[in-house]
Amino acid sequence: MSQINVMPDSALVVPPEAPHEKLVHGNHTFHDVTELVSEVTERKPELAWKICLALSVSVLGAFGAAVLYLIWSGTGIWGLQQPVGWAWDITNFVFWVGIGHAGTLISAILFLFRQKWRTSINRFAEAMTLFAVACALLFPGIHVGRIWMTYFLAPLPNQMGMWPNFRSPLLWDVFAVGTYGTVSLLFWYVGLIPDIATLRDRAKTKLRAMAYGVLSLGWRGSMRHWINYERSYMILAGISTPLVLSVHTIVSFDFATSVIPGWHTTIFPPYFVAGAIFSGFAMVVTLMVLARQLFGMKDLVTLDHLEKMNKIILLTGTLVGYAYAMEFFIAWYSGNEYEQYAFINRALGPYAWAYWTMITCNVISPQFFWFKRFRRSIPVMFALSILVNIGMWFERFVIIVTSLHRDYLPSSWGYFMPTIWDIAMFVGSFGLFFTLFLLFIRFLPMIAISEVKGVMPEASPHHGHHEGHGHGASIAAAEAR
Amino acid sequence: MAKHKLLVAEFDTPAEIVSAAGKLQSAGYRDYDAHTPFPIHGLDKAMKIKDSRLGWIVLGHGITGCLIGLGMQWWMNGVDYQMLIGGKPYFAYQAFVPVTFALTILLSAFGAVFGMFFLNGLPRWSHPLLAHPGFRRHTDDKFYLSVESDDPKFDATKTRALLEEIGGKRVALLEAP
Repeated sequence: MSQINVMPDSALVVPPEAPHEKLVHGNHTFHDVTELVSEVTERKPELAWKICLALSVSVLGAFGAAVLYLIWSGTGIWGLQQPVGWAWDITNFVFWVGIGHAGTLISAILFLFRQKWRTSINRFAEAMTLFAVACALLFPGIHVGRIWMTYFLAPLPNQMGMWPNFRSPLLWDVFAVGTYGTVSLLFWYVGLIPDIATLRDRAKTKLRAMAYGVLSLGWRGSMRHWINYERSYMILAGISTPLVLSVHTIVSFDFATSVIPGWHTTIFPPYFVAGAIFSGFAMVVTLMVLARQLFGMKDLVTLDHLEKMNKIILLTGTLVGYAYAMEFFIAWYSGNEYEQYAFINRALGPYAWAYWTMITCNVISPQFFWFKRFRRSIPVMFALSILVNIGMWFERFVIIVTSLHRDYLPSSWGYFMPTIWDIAMFVGSFGLFFTLFLLFIRFLPMIAISEVKGVMPEASPHHGHHEGHGHGASIAAAEAR
Repeated sequence: MAKHKLLVAEFDTPAEIVSAAGKLQSAGYRDYDAHTPFPIHGLDKAMKIKDSRLGWIVLGHGITGCLIGLGMQWWMNGVDYQMLIGGKPYFAYQAFVPVTFALTILLSAFGAVFGMFFLNGLPRWSHPLLAHPGFRRHTDDKFYLSVESDDPKFDATKTRALLEEIGGKRVALLEAP
């Protein structure tokens, strides 16, 4: 034991079981955690799950039909017209990318800040990121209209000897979102490997043993592997952090680098990032409230976790509210009449209904979270999280459509009306999202089993050895340094 | 060549395995491993495992990604297919930052994941430990030490006795198929 007795400095000892720090409730053992999470993937699917999947797949089917019709007919089936030539397609793209950001924030940024409470929700949130990014990537893919030309987006050698224009923010978007999707997938998979190994070792059927066996890559929990594994996880968190902040920044460049009043603002990057985290956390709360209820995960995902999420929703919602106010201030301060008109028109013009929906949902509704009673109330947080998602969709709609619909020439002013196909594609993308999500919670561990075990007090080598030898204290001291 | 063999012993708590691994290390064993459901902090020190070299692999990948990103844009827009847009320079490095950054991150991530697989020798679907039915709880709630027959100090009887002495239960000898 002398090897680990690094520095017995009792001043640095962290109490291992401070009551308010208990992340897993209900006195579970390691085996209980394995059982609780794995069991969901092993038991027979519930009727509720089957109904949800049938619904989602139907909506996904409608989405597929709408996309086929779009490819057949072209983007004319949407409500696009001059001057609004870019509406729900790009709104949906920004909406879904934004939702994805919460997953990376939870898995990477909170990891770097050593926020151990994230372990219960990160797997779930990362899965949400992946599926949201998948939905997002579809929209730029199909909104080019001529889908067989999408290879122009990539720098591929072609028969015309042309290369893409790297000075265009739309191309930056392709690289930023493509990288984001790939890195999120890798990060998620690395986190899953030890847990897939758990499912492999519990497998009762040949098929499960084979499938999870191949996916777990022969993981055998070796301490010599864990060293590299933890370093890999740390590095992925480290590089995902600037990445996630850059992705929505670059998405905002699509607008900010143009010279349209209402888009051409330097506040866009931080404002978009705050909004992305805001909407993503709301989506995690919506899904988490349902999942912990349906699958009995209340001891692993506790009210404390949800309360912390709600605090972040309050913070980012307030940041977004500040950005809305600052846009108006800058419009006035700029002295530019077109800029001023764009904002007055936003709040009082034909789209005032959308603007005030956005303000109500995004700025006013999260203010309820100042009160602990509301932060810890499941019905309140569920309702507010849905309002926030509605509000954030409207935010993108307001930014995009109100800035376009009245340009410099009043004779060409217009009003955008969605067609049934616009609506089918927006609603349809939820079909894709929920289908992927339902399959995920059925076939993969929705909570990071090994990580949750790692934050349980029993996981520390000095658990139950406090008095006497002092070697536990020295490990705590070594960790605290 | 003799058949590859492994002696495996089971432990119940993190504290037990940390202390046992320390004793195995000080008894002079080098080719042994611990198998745990989650990383145990302190166990790496007890086993005197060297720090991971993964960071260097990632650094190399990151620099490569950065150079590929910048070089690609310089060649495509600056040399091979020049487009004059708004009178801006063909090689506009300011505008090339986002793509360069994205490729730096992308290749770093490949380095972090595939470099980790490389260092760990994964994927490896065939291993005596994976075939042993009693070993399944290493991904659940039990902790194991395994000593390889390649270790110079390995001796089927003496090592078994040592594993039992340091608190190992259900000691078993596994053979590679």
